[in-house]
Formats: sequence, structure tokens, C-alpha cells
Amino acid sequence: MEHHTIGLTLKVWRQKNNKAKGQFETFNVKNISTEMSFLEMFDVLNEQLVAENKEPVAFDHDCREGICGACSMYINGRAHGPWHNTTTCQLHMREYKDGDTIVVEPWRANSFPVLKDLIVDRSSFDRIIQAGGYISVNTGNAVDANSLPIEKHRADESFAAAACIGCGACVAACPNASAMLFVSAKVSHLALLPQGDPERKIRSVNMIEQMDKEGFGSCTNIGACEAECPKGISLENIARLNREYLGAVFSGDSQNA
Amino acid sequence: MSWKHSFSTSIGKKLQMSFTGLFLILFLLVHCYVNAQIFWNDGGAKFNEAAHFMGNNFLIRTTEIGLFAFLILHIVQGLALWAKNRSRRSVRYQVTAGNKTSPWYRRSMGLLGTLILLFLIIHLSKFWIPNRYAQTFGSGELNLYTRMREEFSITWVVLFYLGGCIALAWHLVHGFYSSLQTLGLTTHKYKKMINGIGIGFSIIVPLVFALMPLAFYLNWII
Repeated sequence: MEHHTIGLTLKVWRQKNNKAKGQFETFNVKNISTEMSFLEMFDVLNEQLVAENKEPVAFDHDCREGICGACSMYINGRAHGPWHNTTTCQLHMREYKDGDTIVVEPWRANSFPVLKDLIVDRSSFDRIIQAGGYISVNTGNAVDANSLPIEKHRADESFAAAACIGCGACVAACPNASAMLFVSAKVSHLALLPQGDPERKIRSVNMIEQMDKEGFGSCTNIGACEAECPKGISLENIARLNREYLGAVFSGDSQNA
Repeated sequence: MSWKHSFSTSIGKKLQMSFTGLFLILFLLVHCYVNAQIFWNDGGAKFNEAAHFMGNNFLIRTTEIGLFAFLILHIVQGLALWAKNRSRRSVRYQVTAGNKTSPWYRRSMGLLGTLILLFLIIHLSKFWIPNRYAQTFGSGELNLYTRMREEFSITWVVLFYLGGCIALAWHLVHGFYSSLQTLGLTTHKYKKMINGIGIGFSIIVPLVFALMPLAFYLNWII
């Protein structure tokens, strides 16, 4: 691919802290290599701001190789930008043309309060996991990994659900700010394996209750989450979560929940 | 977990929408079948016979009460969900994805439902209410076939009914699939089948309904 440099206009959300009222600020960046990732482009912008003695834009990032889920940016109306199955760090500047204007916003959901600029607090996800995304394991020596036979197909499906990196793009993209795709992935990867069986009846109920408590919207099966998920988590997981929930509330032995 | 609790979580509310929606889908099927009797073009004999049965059978009249209860639950719960879901994002996006990540009708169930509700108010005030009133307090059942012919000779009424059918079709395209997704039935094996049946149902039933006012208006039937 031919390498060249471009100049861009960025409209970025700036917000001092959780309490402050934010607003958009416009920046111009020049000499952006088309080989750069979107985050590297932001690094260039921040270096420019530091040199000008201005406050750099705060944004979340960690691994920069598409597996940690930190880089939450809502780019021109799309979670993680326009590419499918891609996190912001894997979005590259060859997507853009010289002179383009890009609007960058933080994830917008009441359950993801903005901490600063583009950084949001996603600890609501952690609390949902704590409510039920665990399994009981006996203490003592680790058992042999092959002692429990698991059908290949189930293992694959479970693995596909476990690919969820908890980035929150599903919530950001959902018109209802619902966390159902996230919760369904977390319930699914355990529900498909024998290790997940002991807490099965209380897991879906407890996690859904925590999800509601955190103030996420409810799912209306729109499917924007699936379209924007960087890990390709399928809506079939939401169907499975619904089945798990039905199984739990209709079976009559979920008093603990 | 109590029954009340089971149905009041976010999935529980979805289940309410799903169960009531599926019941309304069943109702549409019966309503469509009964009304399609006008197409025998026999001056309404077969239709009036069916309408008489539906209006006088004890079981059906009892189910009618359930139908209204489910309808009201579907409307109230639907509007409440719409309002609640909207409130979950106080600061809205400057730029939105629009149709790039989801088709418009999936995001517009509240709007489509409200349009159907408006249609329903006019529709009931034209047929169901006057007929039940006459049946209970007046001189007995109305000749609904004659009434249809009268109503559907008015241009705005026909256009209004066509609009109602279009709103219903789009509402059903998502509603049919969505109700079964909520019940967890849209697995890999069944997803295509459910989508196919859903789209077929959403086209055929509203189309047959739409043909009714058109048939009278264009004098296809007498």
C-alpha cells in the first residue's frame, strides 16, 4: 500500500472531570502517516499540544494490539471507528483522506460516566462480573486439564463467547445503552462448559439484576452491538442468556437468587 | 425468585413484551382469516356468519377480554421501556451511526407502535365499539359488511388504513423475530427459519388486511 501523509481536522470531546460540563474542541493535525494507527495519530496530537503548553487529550489505551479493550473512542458515530471487528488501536489512518474532519466522542451511557475527556469509568462491567461471572473450584492441586471431556463444538462456542474483551462498544453502540451483549458473552462462555454448571441457576439472574442496578438500558434486539463488537460476539449469545434466565426463573429452584 | 420479581427485571419486561406480542400475532392471524371471508364476494354472507360467531361465542368473548388486557400491557410496557431506555444516555452523541449498524425499523418500534395505536383507536371507533354498543344496548349486531363498504368508500379512510397496514408490517418484521429471540429460540439452527417465517408473516398478513379497504374502494367486491 502506498504510504503518504495527510492533514486532518479533529473535533474532540473535552471534559475536565466527572462533574464538569464538557464541550468539543477543534484541532488540526498535519503530517499524519497513513500507516499510523488512530491512537498514534492521537499521540501526535498530544505531542503537539504539549509543545504548545496545552493540556493533552486524555484517552484510554493499553495493549495497542486489539486485545485489551481499553481504547474506547466513538469515531464519527461509530464505536472504534468504521472498520468491522476492530478496536480503535487497530484502526489505521489509511481509512482517511487528506482534509477529513473526524468527530471523536467518549462512550455515552449513564452507566459509563466520563472521567476525563475520552476516558469513561467502566467499573460497572466489573461489578456485573462479580455478581455471577465466576465458577466454584475446589482447593488443592490443580486437576489434570484433560480430566473433563468437553465436546469440540461446545469448546469452540464457549471460546468464541470468551473472546469478549469487555470494551463496552456494545453499550456505546446500543441506542438503549444496554449491556446485554456483554452479559450474554460472560454468561455464555461459562454456561457452555461443565465447570459453569454449579452456579448456573443463579448466574444469569444475579448478573441481570446487577446489570439493571448499574442503570444499563434493556435490550430490544436491535443488533447494533453485534455490528460494532470488535470480537464478533454474536446475538445468539443473547438468545442463550435469555434461555438461561428462563431456565432459572421457571425451574423453581433459584431461591438463592 | 417470585413470579413478580421474575417478570420485573429487564429480561422479565422483555418477556412480557414477547408473550403479549406473540398473542397479538395470533390474534392478527385469526382476525385476518375471519375478515378475508369478504373475498368470497357473496355480498358478505360468509363474512357476516363468521363475524356473528366471533361476536357471540362465549369462549371467544372471554378471550377478547384477555386480548384487551394483553394489548394494554403491551402498549404500557412498550412505552415505559421506550422512555426508560432513552433515559439511559443523558448526553447524546453528536454523530450517530444511523442505518450503518442497524436497520431503522429495529430502532423505531416505539414510533411504529404508536402509529399502530393511533390507527387502532380510529379502527375500533369505526367497527368494534359501535358494534358491541349496538349488540349490548341497541337493536342487535350491526351488518359489519355494509359498514365496511360504507367506510371504505371514503378516500381518507382507505389511505389511513393503508398507512396502518404499512406501520404494522414494519412493526411485525422486527416484532416477530424479537419475540422469539427473547424466548431464546433464535439459535443457529432456527434463526434463518424464524427470520423467513417472520418476514413472510409481516408481508402476507398486512397485505391481506390492506387489500380489504382497497377491494371495496376499487369495487373489486360488491
